[in-house]
Amino acid sequence: MAEPEEGAWLHAAAQVTIVELARSSGMPEELLRELVGYGALEPADPGAAEWCFSAACVARVRRAARLRGDLELDTPALALVLSFLDRIERLEAELRHLHAQLAAPHR
Amino acid sequence: MKYKDYYAILGVERSASADEVKKAYRKLAQKYHPDVTQDPAGEEKFKEVTEAYQTLKDPEKRAAYDQLGSGYRPGEDFRPPPDWEKQFRERYAGEGPFGARGGAFSFEDADLSDLFEAFSRARGGGRGGAGASFPGEDYEVTVHLSLEDAARGTQVELDLGMPEADERGRVRHVPKKIKARIPKGATDGQRLRLRGQGGKGVNGGRDGDLYLNIVLHPHPLFRPDGHDLYLDLPLAPWEAALGATIEVPTLAGAVNLKVPAGTAAGRRLRLARKGLPKPGGGEGDLYAIVQIVNPTVLGERERELFRELGTVSRFNPRGHFTGESHG
Repeated sequence: MAEPEEGAWLHAAAQVTIVELARSSGMPEELLRELVGYGALEPADPGAAEWCFSAACVARVRRAARLRGDLELDTPALALVLSFLDRIERLEAELRHLHAQLAAPHR
Repeated sequence: MKYKDYYAILGVERSASADEVKKAYRKLAQKYHPDVTQDPAGEEKFKEVTEAYQTLKDPEKRAAYDQLGSGYRPGEDFRPPPDWEKQFRERYAGEGPFGARGGAFSFEDADLSDLFEAFSRARGGGRGGAGASFPGEDYEVTVHLSLEDAARGTQVELDLGMPEADERGRVRHVPKKIKARIPKGATDGQRLRLRGQGGKGVNGGRDGDLYLNIVLHPHPLFRPDGHDLYLDLPLAPWEAALGATIEVPTLAGAVNLKVPAGTAAGRRLRLARKGLPKPGGGEGDLYAIVQIVNPTVLGERERELFRELGTVSRFNPRGHFTGESHG
């Protein structure tokens, strides 16, 4: 069988360009720019000539894009979904953090 | 071909208006959308609901569907009226399973959803109009890893069912095996992208990507938090009081940890860089959380010593109840 395929981590230390984010989510760049305007997405450096985003947001933006298509969401609703998804991710991370500290019942 | 009652799936009357169909779809889509639902059967239901809506929202497709009549039970085998087949051939001659160029064709091996999909294709709108290129579909799969494999990096073999169009343009799920290397440093919930490993692009369109969603198996000892690990460290009361050097397991083997005298329960002792490797280099930390554990069964001599300690010690662990400081 062929060599194993090498993957790339989509984590906060990596970045994707707006072109890449548009490609991977299927949403037009213009819409992504609009979402930045709503505060639902944050470029790594808003002053840069070409916007880049944390690669950690790729999964969230893809998920929001699916919801937009399937539930026929308009842009304000899409912005809201994105910020809620972001909040869920943060809360889940917080929950993991707390669970990790919680001692297992002693055997 | 199996009959599906699209109206019943959406829970609307056959006489429902376009607006009622849309409302019913939205309600069900919100309930069963795989990105929202907690229902394990949600994804299947969502597919069903979407298939029904795709047909009923389009006046032309809905009219064609209505021609089938309502005399069938869901799942029942049926044959579309003969003039239907003819009409399809004439109106939608072209690419795809119903086209004149598709060669021998029978409704029998088609799926109801293929049939209506052919409508959109034949009209040339969107995907698959003759010669148009479109990208392959992206895939997302969940991969379960042990903590050890996540730390070391590993290789997984994935069995994926990918739709591929056959020479007649009909889409079938084809099993595909993909070997993927998971670089070290995975954390729970992290995603890995394999470029070009999704569905095949059509007519020169790019291939889709494959996204792996990493889920870590619970480990009997370590609890991960990002790249940090947490470990319960049970100590005997005298170890905690007098201090001790304790052998502590880590993912890279046991190490000696010096527990200072007078260590309280709940205290976190940090073992620097004994956590999970970080993709950019470096490692997370391992935190040992102290628990003070009493023997559940005491021997006569042990009981005597504890009694003696109780008599000799002036320690009051509840001093703060009355404003005293810890002694």
